[in-house]
Amino acid sequence: MTDLRKTVAIVGVDESDEIGKVPNKSNLTHHAEAAYNALEDAGMSMKDVNGLFTAGTSTLNLAEYLGIEPSFTDTTAVGGSSFIIHIAHAMAAINAGYCDVALVTHGEAGRSRRSRPGGDAADPGSQFETPYGFLGAPINYAMAARRYMHEYGEDKTRQAMAEVAVATRKWAQLNPKAYMQDEMSFDDYHNSRWISWPFHLLDCCLVTDAGGAYVITSAERARDAKKKPVWVLGAAESHDHNLISQMPDLTRTVAKNTGPLALERSGVTHDDIDLAMIYDSFTYTVLATLESLGFCGPGEAPDFVANQRTAPGGDFAMNTSGGGLSYTHSGMYGMFLVLEAVRQLRGECGDRQLDDPKLCLINGTGGSLSSTGTTVLAVD
Amino acid sequence: MAYNKPLPVPQGESDVYWQKAKQGELWLRNCKSCGNAYFYPRDISPCCFSKDTDWIQASGKATLFTYGIVQRAPHPGFVDDVPFVTAVVELEEGPKMATNIVIEDPTPENLQIGMALEVVFEDITDELALPKFKPV
Repeated sequence: MTDLRKTVAIVGVDESDEIGKVPNKSNLTHHAEAAYNALEDAGMSMKDVNGLFTAGTSTLNLAEYLGIEPSFTDTTAVGGSSFIIHIAHAMAAINAGYCDVALVTHGEAGRSRRSRPGGDAADPGSQFETPYGFLGAPINYAMAARRYMHEYGEDKTRQAMAEVAVATRKWAQLNPKAYMQDEMSFDDYHNSRWISWPFHLLDCCLVTDAGGAYVITSAERARDAKKKPVWVLGAAESHDHNLISQMPDLTRTVAKNTGPLALERSGVTHDDIDLAMIYDSFTYTVLATLESLGFCGPGEAPDFVANQRTAPGGDFAMNTSGGGLSYTHSGMYGMFLVLEAVRQLRGECGDRQLDDPKLCLINGTGGSLSSTGTTVLAVD
Repeated sequence: MAYNKPLPVPQGESDVYWQKAKQGELWLRNCKSCGNAYFYPRDISPCCFSKDTDWIQASGKATLFTYGIVQRAPHPGFVDDVPFVTAVVELEEGPKMATNIVIEDPTPENLQIGMALEVVFEDITDELALPKFKPV
């Protein structure tokens, strides 16, 4: 296997101009504003961009709006993990010489959008799931959470889900861009209304309007960038189903493969990681992901996250932005994992800044726990 | 009131499934290469990627593999149904499928993982019936 460590770096990141509740801005507006801001952060212009990556819309739509003719184009769309997987694809493309400045964008008016995407009636999901009301992530992910409770204990799982919700909110309170700033107690969690049992409202990610973008480039160009390069050490991607009813094991995501492989390609181990950015579409997603990645064994996540271990001041730094649960979640949140990882590694996080982190593991999950992308980022 | 939930649209590969469901029978595709039934129905098997497949009638017996209790309707067609149960059941023949559990009082206490279920069919249009499951 070719050693690709530190051959590419992320040199610019940012959100769209306003995130949260932003009426009158379309998906594309969020893409474009975020692209503008990330390029400024990188000290580059749109003229430099020759690789274009997105999900949720086609790069055809995006490139026309941005006014560019990319030499490498990639609309890999496997859910919210796509923007993590784009890092690996950009790494491959840049190393192949197909592009040298790649722009990856996300934009979604998840809260204020004026149209809803429709499904293809011929698809298996339209025939064998949606007629039963399998519509939307809270219903699909509940299948997995309930099975986990059955295998490892309901009370223990419930407490762990509460720990994640409360700890993540504490981080959000340190992030001025976070949508949810109010304090959340354990009672608040347990008393929040049911959405799809076993999920309370406070088990579920937000639905916001937001865009995000990052710029990734060759090592050579990265050294001339405005800020210090955030190196990509290694990455891995996979998926093992589309429909939740067809998931091979509801308690294990394909992070069980992508986690160890990404670490191996990066030449580091779990113990080396200073920050874990884990897609928290639901509190349960975090538990299944930590186990699948190998931070702990099957059924051990409730102990792993106990006693607010992932909260500010805890000894396992995770989701320091406030996550999809409390910072922002426009629909495909993976992009925002990257933004926070880069900012922490650069030391730009203000009140929530970790003490000199060097290595961050990012894991995105997409679809109905269907796909994962894992990446390890580092600073010198 | 007219049925206003999303309707399945049968395809060439699934016509038999839906025709049999309308007759009150649950049929599965079966891979003759390895002898395993599979779900959802498609012409080429996912286990062996074999075209040597046929249809078999399922017993209609299943166990509850997992479920959720939907409290907030995800679509206008389900507003009068909440709370209702979305579930994955494990058929006696092995495959798992998504469905609803037909039960009067959908509470966690009344829904035990592993409980025995049997198929029932709900007529939803003149052409279509949906296989659902109820406790035995």
